[in-house]
Amino acid sequence: MKLDLSGFESTPSLHGGAVDDVGEDLFSRPSFQLPACSDFDGFQKDAVQMVKPAKGTTTLAFIFKEGVIVAADSRASMGGYISSQSVKKIIEINPYMLGTMAGGAADCQFWHRNLGIKCRLHELANKRRISVTGASKLLANILYSYRGMGLSVGTMIAGWDEKGPGLYYVDSEGGRLKGARFSVGSGSPYAYGVLDSGYRYDMTKEEAAELARRAIYHATFRDGASGGVASVYYVGPDGWTKLSGDDVGELHYKYYPVVPTPIEQEMADAPAA
Amino acid sequence: MARYDRAITVFSPDGHLFQVEYALEAVRKGNAAVGVRGTDTIVLGVEKKSTPKLQDSRSVRKIVSLDTHIALACAGLKADARVLINRARIECQSHRLTVEDPVTVEYITRYIAGLQQKYTQSGGVRPFGLSTLIVGFDPYTGVPALYQTDPSGTFSAWKANATGRNSNSMREFLEKNYKETSGQETVKLAIRTLLEVVESGGKNIEIAVMTKEHGLRQLDEAEIDAIVAEIEAEKAAAEAAKKTPSKDT
Repeated sequence: MKLDLSGFESTPSLHGGAVDDVGEDLFSRPSFQLPACSDFDGFQKDAVQMVKPAKGTTTLAFIFKEGVIVAADSRASMGGYISSQSVKKIIEINPYMLGTMAGGAADCQFWHRNLGIKCRLHELANKRRISVTGASKLLANILYSYRGMGLSVGTMIAGWDEKGPGLYYVDSEGGRLKGARFSVGSGSPYAYGVLDSGYRYDMTKEEAAELARRAIYHATFRDGASGGVASVYYVGPDGWTKLSGDDVGELHYKYYPVVPTPIEQEMADAPAA
Repeated sequence: MARYDRAITVFSPDGHLFQVEYALEAVRKGNAAVGVRGTDTIVLGVEKKSTPKLQDSRSVRKIVSLDTHIALACAGLKADARVLINRARIECQSHRLTVEDPVTVEYITRYIAGLQQKYTQSGGVRPFGLSTLIVGFDPYTGVPALYQTDPSGTFSAWKANATGRNSNSMREFLEKNYKETSGQETVKLAIRTLLEVVESGGKNIEIAVMTKEHGLRQLDEAEIDAIVAEIEAEKAAAEAAKKTPSKDT
């Protein structure tokens, strides 16, 4: 199994994998040992099962007329325990590309950081920015080489390059999909409900941001593993900007303000009467 | 300096890598090759030594394509060329696979030059004995480019260049006669340069023309003969104009 270990090198190589018979002895990559167990396939299966339920989050991204909107919640949960309400799930790879985090937080953060390094090296070597297509492919190839080893990553790479807005979904199974609308995480069914019914290609930036915000809010309302703050980012020709970060509790009362019912009114009047 | 050319990893006291310099000698003995960059056309030309009667000349193509938009001509050891070209072709496809985009001319030149350099800094191997001329169009901007690499692993971009046998006289000719050309004019300039050092005739010259729309096209003998005839006619006309005294004397 030829693993892509370039993430562990201090000076990662650009074209990993080119077979070079001269270099094999001289420039060999550092290797790490595979686990010494009798049942490697079973081990792989257990490793995957361990992290499978962990994609407790809601993230979404979609392309529209003016660019890409990326939004996410900020809750981290360990089983039934909410370990943090303020996790940054939208990772800034470089000034014109964003990645979202779903699955293992460490995995997402490390590999997105590593992708940022690779993108910068590509820029320096080729004197032009890497395309969203290329960046997502680099990440997908790395994740594919670790397939079955327990990485848990469900991410969307969103950016703006020479060909315009780009959005790709990449996961730790090695899958990579190009698309215009994605939502990832345990809250994604709820987010899709709101996103799909409200989506139009020619929305304004404000309408699009509001749609994303509402979709995240509704997902946090129904999904226990999502919550915290709904962050909304916009990616345009000049790079990304953060549009808003609203606590979903406050959003709830904004969308569904409290209206006192007649019965409650009577109860309030009773002691006086 | 016999002690300093046994293994190439050894510098001589005055800072030479003799194996690399000997490789450059091999290039100087190789067939002449010229490349000319126009505004919308790039031309590669190579001297063809007379083919033996029984040899199938189609199997000895000296100008090869690395991808649909990149071509290469070289001077020097042809066997080394084959190895280098195969590695470059693989890299072109590998690049398409990993970033879903064709290579730029600069990228593949950098790769080939990097390979050539690697073989000047390893034990037990000798440098590649060839210099290459790499041409192509940038897949995004459509700008034509011409690059040259040599056995030491250096590379640079050129408007027009020559390598191999008599490259100095060809380069001098180009320096005197180069101007921005397009289309057929670029082809003519390349052929005129080659004719300086090669016996005239379509049999002794191989020409390939690359355009953005049609990619690489090898000219056949008849076409080359026709252009050579045009060039000779122009030359004759120029001579005649010089010889006849001007009207008002």
